Amino acid sequence: MTNMQLTIHEASRRLKEKQISSTELAKDCLERIRQAESKVHALVTVTDELALEQARRADELIAAGDAGPLTGIPIVIKDNMCTKGVRTTCSSKMLENFVPPYDATVVEKINAQNMVTVGKANMDEFAMGSSTENSALFPTSNPWDLSRVPGGSSGGSAVAVAAGETVCALGSDTGGSIRQPAGFCSVVGMKPTYGRVSRYGLVAFASSLDQIGPLTQDVTDCAILLNIIAGDDKRDSTSVPQPVPDYTQCLKADLKGLRLGVPKEYFVEGMQAEVNTAMRAAIGKLEELGAEVEEISLPHTPYALAVYYIIAPSEASANLARYDGVKYGYSYEAKSMWESMEKTRENGFGPEVKRRIMLGTYALSAGYYDAWYVKAQKVRTLIRREFDEAFKKYDALVTPTSPTVPFKIGEKMDDPLQMYLSDICTLPVNIAGVPGISIPAGFADGLPIGMQVIGKPFGEETILKVAHAYEQATEWHKRRAEV
Amino acid sequence: MKLSREEVLHIARLARVALTEAEITRFSEQLSNLLEHFEILQEVDTEDVPPTAQSVALKSVMRDDEVAPSLPPDDILANAPKREGDCFRVRAVLE
Repeated sequence: MTNMQLTIHEASRRLKEKQISSTELAKDCLERIRQAESKVHALVTVTDELALEQARRADELIAAGDAGPLTGIPIVIKDNMCTKGVRTTCSSKMLENFVPPYDATVVEKINAQNMVTVGKANMDEFAMGSSTENSALFPTSNPWDLSRVPGGSSGGSAVAVAAGETVCALGSDTGGSIRQPAGFCSVVGMKPTYGRVSRYGLVAFASSLDQIGPLTQDVTDCAILLNIIAGDDKRDSTSVPQPVPDYTQCLKADLKGLRLGVPKEYFVEGMQAEVNTAMRAAIGKLEELGAEVEEISLPHTPYALAVYYIIAPSEASANLARYDGVKYGYSYEAKSMWESMEKTRENGFGPEVKRRIMLGTYALSAGYYDAWYVKAQKVRTLIRREFDEAFKKYDALVTPTSPTVPFKIGEKMDDPLQMYLSDICTLPVNIAGVPGISIPAGFADGLPIGMQVIGKPFGEETILKVAHAYEQATEWHKRRAEV
Repeated sequence: MKLSREEVLHIARLARVALTEAEITRFSEQLSNLLEHFEILQEVDTEDVPPTAQSVALKSVMRDDEVAPSLPPDDILANAPKREGDCFRVRAVLE
């Protein structure tokens, strides 16, 4: 086992026992990046100088006995989180040269822990996509099969973890953008409850759905990283003033007395047979561990796709109105103000971003607002209520993360609806604002399968407990992609 | 639900995005297909159902109006495509 494949908890122990130094860890990651990047293309920016400087500082703290659980641990940050002085592109031409004058709250928090930032991760442009193919810079490959997508939009973050370029990563999830790539790359990814983690400094896509979360090699690491990034922030008025527990305390191997629901609507038509088989086996394992499992029905699930793809683009069309070529970002110089703005947006945005701006603008436009946008918001209420009802009886819900294993690069690019369907199991979780985690749950012909555990609002401890117990009883998370 | 070329151009103008001819054709088809799928929402009975704008129960979060330093103008303007003194330079709005 080489250094870069260490988990957070293992690396932290070795750092404290002086078996390795943070500088060695950082150099190992940078070396691994040099080897693997030409194949996977996970990173937009490699912050080698910054990493070595932060590692040196971490080593001083460790030597002085001042180390916390994350001191000196390498991390990769999705390129839609502002990093002061480090280019933050959103994988868009619009922000290709944007250097933020401030740090996102989560970046402040990981810096305060003296973590070591080794790079900024590639993503679908403005986080709009399910495969990282919508990056305006370059596509990212799945380390388990380079001809396949890593999922998206946090594809770069998931791949950086899976390929050993970093110990852990941060992603953002609006409709599955952490969990789906985690499932596709066989790593752990969590979308916390809406409001659990501050969105300050996260480039806005759909403000009522966006949430930042960890991508890690195991569930313990997920809990450790969540401990640090969670919490109220006065700069994000939607962050919730709820105390942050120590999420590592809930990681027990026994699920006795826990009631789990399996919503049958998530086993959709067109679901791959191997995914179904793996899920049935995983559910059997959860029962062996003491959980009571029952099939349930969430009848509004089939409407989630339409609800999401009206609400998210509507919010996006408003949020992305700020890219006008005046304050920052790409700017086209034309004769008139309006022409400059329209050309700036024509050249600066890629096809999927334009498609969603168009869709959202349409749903919000005069004459269509009630029929599309308000209608979707009302069905959103029904989906939320259905989750509320289910959580009166069940502690958590178990579903596949995605109906299929990773698909081929290029396979779905010309058919937006097919692409959107790959998020069918993750979208409802954002619509309801509840937390969800994806963990490795098997392979089909060497390609990863993910299991999703969904919790009640602020029920992160319960889903971590379920995920951890399953992980400890299986070996999937120990397999490593060979790149 | 079929979006005409005129409707696509109208939306593009509302969104202030210029489109190429190829994009007009493609978006007309693709957006029509998506809207056709989204029509399944019309089968859901939403009589007396209030809309959800976001999932957190918080209302009107206010904080004390305390004086705090803002970012220096030079930091903010460092990313400006065009700058004049401490201002963003823009094209004339009125000709």
